[in-house]
Amino acid sequence: MQAAKKVGKQTIKFTQPPCIISTHTVVGPKEGRGPLGKFFDYTIPDNLWGEQSFEKCEQKMLQEALEQALQKANLSPQQVDYLLAGDLLNQIICANYTARNLGIPFLGLYGACSTMAEALILGAMLIDGGYANYVLGGASSHYDTAERQYRYPTEQGVQRPPTAQWTVTGAGGFLLAHPSLAPAGPGLKVTFATLGRVIDMAIADVNNMGAAMAPAAVDTIIQHFKDTGRSPVDYQLIITGDLGSLGKTLCLNMLEKAGYDVEKIYTDCGVLIYDPSQDTHCGGSGCGCSAVVMAAYVFRRMQEGAYRRVLFAGTGALMSPTSVWQGETIPGIAHAVAIEFF
Amino acid sequence: MPKVTLQQSQSEAEKWAYKKLVSRFQPRPPVVRNAFWAFVVGGLICVLGQVFINLYRQAGLAETEAATGASITLVFLSALLTGIGVYDQIGRFAGAGSVVPITGFANSIVAPALEFKQEGLIFGVAARLFTFAGPVLVYGFVTSWLIGLAYYLLKF
Repeated sequence: MQAAKKVGKQTIKFTQPPCIISTHTVVGPKEGRGPLGKFFDYTIPDNLWGEQSFEKCEQKMLQEALEQALQKANLSPQQVDYLLAGDLLNQIICANYTARNLGIPFLGLYGACSTMAEALILGAMLIDGGYANYVLGGASSHYDTAERQYRYPTEQGVQRPPTAQWTVTGAGGFLLAHPSLAPAGPGLKVTFATLGRVIDMAIADVNNMGAAMAPAAVDTIIQHFKDTGRSPVDYQLIITGDLGSLGKTLCLNMLEKAGYDVEKIYTDCGVLIYDPSQDTHCGGSGCGCSAVVMAAYVFRRMQEGAYRRVLFAGTGALMSPTSVWQGETIPGIAHAVAIEFF
Repeated sequence: MPKVTLQQSQSEAEKWAYKKLVSRFQPRPPVVRNAFWAFVVGGLICVLGQVFINLYRQAGLAETEAATGASITLVFLSALLTGIGVYDQIGRFAGAGSVVPITGFANSIVAPALEFKQEGLIFGVAARLFTFAGPVLVYGFVTSWLIGLAYYLLKF
């Protein structure tokens, strides 16, 4: 028996599409200087933002993004049913400490850089399932905290290979509400979600995460079309999380080989967030990348009427420094969410 | 009870085909440019070392003492440049040219010392100090033991 709200193999169809009623983004100085700089709500003056450590700074950014998202919707933390958040640090400390301060019942998420999509999907499921009225979600990453955990100390003089990506310093928060509680008039609604499988195409180079994640993005996007019966013409924008320029090229190539013509409507958050002159090589990555690009840029453009339907595929590389040192390859994952403005 | 069969959906042939696709689009490192800058910067650091050796010789130090003095000076300069955030900028385009000389060794010790001071003096600075320099030291020592052993055996 097919579950009531499921269509096809991996897709959920929300019967009463939950609404994204507010968002807030906080980014680092480099992201603020980038091409999307004017869309972000707040740019921190430096990578510490007055804190003792980069980790504390990242936690503060996530908390600020979530608090402000609540503020914009005129809600207090007590009115929110669940908080869903995650980041890249060991034991997702930024999300944990933010949850400690906000006091909202909390589920910590780890989907590497796909965390934003994971939070959106789970939040929408909780609301459409009748388990919540309001769900607060968010994700963060920070260049310096990610570098020291995954790669080198900031001041170490190393040369980055041309396939490397730059971890975005940024935090994005969003508030999901049951449609009966959302403000009247058109709004951003989560209509479909396709949950991804873990795909490993045996890429082992940690400096080439776009290539490691692209097959997962392709797998999920194609599955979304198969399950829903939709095709690329149903969307004005298909956007992946953080494949970067190489991953984007690979993703496009594979989708075209599979018979999906998406060239005109497809882009990637990691490609949009930096200008090529910012010396990031293949573009941005990290939980914060898709979180801030979606929350600040794509959602705003949808509200302005530029896109009516968007398919967002959050991508994640599921390795750790330990698995890499032990010679494991990098598994990728992608979760797709259809967001519509009506 | 039904048996669980793993769905290994990605075959070796698919992985191989994907590897080929990636290498078709993968940007290549600019080898000639990297080698050029590594040569120039690495060479300049060595020239600087020689300048210090000559200066110390003129000041009256013996050959080996002058060389030690030059090394100490280079280590100090590298630590200083690391501390003020310049050495990683040099390393970005010089690559091996700024990693291989003694200044690169100093950088690989000072950078974690700065980075991990947030975790305190024991578990941060002290424990992490040799994260990157440690392997260099270990294999340096091992190599010198082996050469020493070979030298001892060859003498007989």
